[in-house]
Amino acid sequence: MIRDITLGQYYQADSVVHRLDPRTKLLGTLVYLISLFVFTKAWVFVAAATFLLICIFLSKVPFSYMLKGLKPILFILLFTLVLNMLFTKGTVLVSWWKFSITEEGLKQAGYMGTRLILLILGSNLMTLTTTPTRLTNAMEHVMKPLKVIHVPVHEIAMMMSIALRFIPILLEETDRIMKAQLARGADFESGNIIKKAKSFIPVLVPLFISAFRRANDLAMAMEARCYHGGNGRTQYRPLKYKGRDFAAYILLLIYLAAVIVIGKFLNL
Amino acid sequence: MKKKNKEAAPSAKRKVSSFLSIRNLKYEYIRRDEENNVEGITTAVDDVSLDVKEGEFIAILGHNGSGKSTLAKHINAILFPEEGEVILDGMDTKDEEKLLDIRRTAGMVFQNPDNQIIGQVVDEDVAFGPENMGIPTDEIAQRVEESLKTLGMWDYRDSSPNRLSGGQKQRVSIASVIAMHPKCIILDEPTAMLDPRGRYEVIRAARALNEVEGITIILITHYMEEVIHAHRVFVMDKGRVKMEGTPREIFSRVQELKEMRLTVPQVTELAWELKKSGLRIPDGILTREELVKEILKLVSSRTGVSS
Repeated sequence: MIRDITLGQYYQADSVVHRLDPRTKLLGTLVYLISLFVFTKAWVFVAAATFLLICIFLSKVPFSYMLKGLKPILFILLFTLVLNMLFTKGTVLVSWWKFSITEEGLKQAGYMGTRLILLILGSNLMTLTTTPTRLTNAMEHVMKPLKVIHVPVHEIAMMMSIALRFIPILLEETDRIMKAQLARGADFESGNIIKKAKSFIPVLVPLFISAFRRANDLAMAMEARCYHGGNGRTQYRPLKYKGRDFAAYILLLIYLAAVIVIGKFLNL
Repeated sequence: MKKKNKEAAPSAKRKVSSFLSIRNLKYEYIRRDEENNVEGITTAVDDVSLDVKEGEFIAILGHNGSGKSTLAKHINAILFPEEGEVILDGMDTKDEEKLLDIRRTAGMVFQNPDNQIIGQVVDEDVAFGPENMGIPTDEIAQRVEESLKTLGMWDYRDSSPNRLSGGQKQRVSIASVIAMHPKCIILDEPTAMLDPRGRYEVIRAARALNEVEGITIILITHYMEEVIHAHRVFVMDKGRVKMEGTPREIFSRVQELKEMRLTVPQVTELAWELKKSGLRIPDGILTREELVKEILKLVSSRTGVSS
């Protein structure tokens, strides 16, 4: 049934990584992603890959499952590789017509490729081990300092979590409207792209009307339950750092130190 | 459920005889065209006055467009009266400073269960109200447990609301209101979108809250079967209260109800038809048992005469 769809790509498992505070994972991922871009050295990537492999191992998410996450970026990956290989100037290795593959090009392509793969795997690990709810919760906490410059942090988080709640409901509604229009002889299959897009108008119009009506109802229900923004609001399940989170932060610091040492001081 | 009435009004205000008093309430929906010209005015609520005592189970009946939902939305200050006044537990709903107090005193359950559940997990939704009220974390957990247990939904606390049946969703909605410890719950057509089983679940829950917890219930509905347990019934038509009385009094006026396009419960209708065709059956039969008893009485009296 359409209502059973899981949002995001949460992989249910009982592991240390799953149990970590979402803030830890969010900040950790951020630091990890930045670390991939600071240095361009082979050994830095080795360190990054090792760190990621340890995390994947701890998360109990099967490695094959992680690799599946790379599929959508396969095209971009190949594109980057080819571009980097062909258009970097340097010592020519192979030459053909106007193109030439250089040693520097190969190196550059290798770095960019590794960087992309680690980037996707790293961020996927976070979304695979954290439910969208907890992630929204973490974002609200992490973004709190932005309140000083009047970013409506609480409102953004509230909107995200309501959106998450209503996506399955609206999907079901879309399904129902499509069936209703099919029963009236609508044709969503034939024709070129423009014709197909046009045939979706009779689905989108009722969907939007219904979405607005739902929004109106929901706003009223929230008001009836004393909602008045984030001020003076308490939390049912406040995020709390536990021992394992400090351990994770220490591990992250060790990784960061290692990357800096390798990248800056070692000449391998 | 323990009721902590820390927020209870000072005893001086208790002098107000009724818990909810609505005086000459009038509300109009004004339809405007694109140039903001008035196209038409619909008077949704027209000069309505009614009083409710604390702990009562009130039902407001009416056909679609009779103004019953508009009336309900005035009670917890979602709509504000244009004329007249609404006093809830000593607070005027027009008093903006009392807005949150009014809404925590009178909770509201709406018609569409999908459009009033905010949380992605059942217990998070129940916690939403207390969170808004600034209740400390420990107490929220306690309230969530209490109210889910009261409504028999504790086992579903970790479920996604999307996987529950309609009746279960409405029970979650009621639990969410209960967690705010209201003195009064307004149920605005809570069963209109449910199957018979879901309707039964919701009405039973509402009755239990009234009888066990002493919470004032205001049930808005157009299903006649649901009001037979109410203490008092108000029938609305075209924005006005047309009838008021106990369910028995109301249902003995079958002809008038029919004129307002309301259908009486099957049993009541059958009894009414039997009476019309000449049998000596009293007005206002509400349950099957009552009708059976009356018919048996009739039968035994006849056989008594003949023997």
